[in-house]
Amino acid sequence: MSHLTIGNRLEKNVTAQSMYDRSNSLTSGHRACQGCGEALAARCILDAAYIATDGKVAVINATGCLEVFSCVYPENSWQIPWLHSLFGNAPAVATGVAAAFKRQGKENVRVIAQGGDGALADIGMGCLSGMFDRNDDVLCVCYDNQAYMNTGVQRSGATPAFSRTATTLPTGDYLGNDVQTGKNLPKIAMAHGIPYVATASVSNIHDLEKKVAKAIHLKGARYLHVHVPCPLGWGYPTSETIKVARLAVQCGLFPLFEAERGKVIKSTPINAPLKVEEYLKGQRRFAHLFGKNASSDALITLQNIADDNIREYALVGDPNE
Amino acid sequence: MLYQLEGSHAIARTVALCRPGVVCAYPISPQTHILEGLEELIRGKKLENCEYLNVESEMGALSVAIGGEAAGVRSYTATSSQGLLYMIEAVYNASGLELPIVMTLGNRALGAPINIWNDHSDAMSARDAGWIMFFAETNQEAADLHILAFKVAEKVHCPVIVNVDGFILTHAYDRVDIPSQDKVDDFLPPYAPKASLDVNHPVAIGTMVPPEYFMEVRHLAHRKQEDSLAVIECTAHAFEKKFGRNSGGLLRRYGSPNADTVIVAMGSVAGTIKDAVDELNQEGGQFEELSIICYRPFPAEALRNSLKNAKRIIVVEKSLAVGIGGILSREVELTMKGCDVDVITVVAGLGGRNITKSMLKECFNKKSHEKITFLGLRNDIIGKQYVPINGDCC
Ligand SMILES: Cc1ncc(C[n+]2csc(CCOP(=O)(O)OP(=O)(O)O)c2C)c(N)n1
Ligand code: SF4
Ligand SMILES: [Mg+2]
Repeated sequence: MSHLTIGNRLEKNVTAQSMYDRSNSLTSGHRACQGCGEALAARCILDAAYIATDGKVAVINATGCLEVFSCVYPENSWQIPWLHSLFGNAPAVATGVAAAFKRQGKENVRVIAQGGDGALADIGMGCLSGMFDRNDDVLCVCYDNQAYMNTGVQRSGATPAFSRTATTLPTGDYLGNDVQTGKNLPKIAMAHGIPYVATASVSNIHDLEKKVAKAIHLKGARYLHVHVPCPLGWGYPTSETIKVARLAVQCGLFPLFEAERGKVIKSTPINAPLKVEEYLKGQRRFAHLFGKNASSDALITLQNIADDNIREYALVGDPNE
Repeated sequence: MLYQLEGSHAIARTVALCRPGVVCAYPISPQTHILEGLEELIRGKKLENCEYLNVESEMGALSVAIGGEAAGVRSYTATSSQGLLYMIEAVYNASGLELPIVMTLGNRALGAPINIWNDHSDAMSARDAGWIMFFAETNQEAADLHILAFKVAEKVHCPVIVNVDGFILTHAYDRVDIPSQDKVDDFLPPYAPKASLDVNHPVAIGTMVPPEYFMEVRHLAHRKQEDSLAVIECTAHAFEKKFGRNSGGLLRRYGSPNADTVIVAMGSVAGTIKDAVDELNQEGGQFEELSIICYRPFPAEALRNSLKNAKRIIVVEKSLAVGIGGILSREVELTMKGCDVDVITVVAGLGGRNITKSMLKECFNKKSHEKITFLGLRNDIIGKQYVPINGDCC
């Protein structure tokens, strides 16, 4: 066995990103903000899909930051077949592409639909649900930065409680986005009973790549929901994207799990859960919950959400043993 | 071979002969029988190698067709009225991406008030969307236009809407010749896409285009449509040679050539107008009927040539632009700019209102017309309901 090492990692554990011949599906030169979690996740996911399929992957992109920063004519950062149609229809376009590939006997070319939380939780939910319902041969990836970033950080159906956005500005008694049931897209996807649903974080590339490599080859509708911090919209230093993403996982607010046919089959344990404050306090979008006018009620509400996740997904201890 | 068929089924069978690889279906009257017909043909293996997708909305239907076409497979869908409005964002997108999708529009009114009957308001809402638009006069032409549509679309890389009057054609049984598969295959070779999603030649389709290039993109789209006029004419000739009948093309004229009065219309109402014109001419009149078959690109030059001797042009149109009036009549008026001719707007058949021969004859025989005539308007209702708005600002 070759012991080519990169950094201090053995080959077996090497991520696609640390390979010297990585595919760079999304190559340099794009216009994402420094530290953009979405750009990083997109590259990791598509490179992993590229490697897993030996380059046989086509991508349908919804309108949003990822589309806008990657392709302003005549420049373009995509090195794979890529198509942008509209904000709300990426899963349906992907269905058409998959159908066409089937007709051409090219089912080995795997189809990915991708977009933001706005594109998939809100405006495109109909098309997404239809794609799930028909069990079309498409992997849909949601880059969840928890707001409409491309249009300037407005609230989406996936914006967390108490978050400050341009349309949920904390003022007086109003503490930012209302506490409500919210649109839990992974659960909505699971309710369709599709073959595979997983969540992932840009802070855990190994886990992310593994899930992509698994999902890309499964037949039928698959859904991957990735937590991608946005330094611009969330208000934290651009160097801290991975840290912020990791804290979200470690406090239980963003559980990592896999589900098959509507049932959770595996979750990633967090051994010593952090308090949600650890995650929230470094972000301007939650700054109004701290300091002089701090709201302990709000923090308790958020801690309860994290605790519920920890119980529901059995995040403490190893649930698989 | 000749069959006695419902218009929708004649269309479904003809579309099947064009061998689409992706068909997307979402129900809305009066288009629904077309997609049901295709479903049956596919399940019955009369149309093979075709993916039939029941989608969740019209936005989904056209989006799936966009995907199918972008991956290099001939794709088809059909809709009507509210369905077209629901997918309108994708309508503009398909033409912008130069994807030669063919879509049947079973023409129907737009609400509110909701109304399922025929007029051309739906078609008019997409008139600037960059699609080629044909209007069928008969069930035979409705069927034939689909063969022509795929041929033209794929030649010029532009999607085509085939307008077919809802109920009047879609639900009417008539004798229709359905050509043989061999002949259609001969006329319409397999689809060769311009650029498609191909792992061996990766391209990015649908990128953002900034101000330095956008105007050029639009200019080229306009030029392409203008160039398509010749393609459409030439394809219609080739069709006539192959199938032995005249269908499609830009315009069709009927009645006394060089008549004083020319009636311009689109779609199935031409049949009733022709009957009216026949009788008027037998009674000593000088009338001609002119159907616009290709509405987009607008055949301005052909129209101007055909109308150059007319003294009076009566445009019978099944749509109304509230706040300005006629749509087609304005376009005809603009086309005839500088000629000594009156262009008269007759709005008829809105929301399925009957258009009878006698109403038309009376209208055509009138010596003077109002700025805009609403054919068969019920003045009893208007008299009771119309309350002038006081011109004060508060
Ligand atoms: C039909 C339509 N409505 C609104 C917009 C404007 N718009 C473009 S991107 C966007 C927000 C995208 O948010 P999201 O999907 O979360 O992606 P992000 O930019 O956050 O990655 C909006 C509202 C649009 N392009 N199309
Ligand atoms: S606004 Fe956020 S999501 Fe958009 S490019 Fe910048 S960092 Fe990325
Ligand atoms: Mg977002």
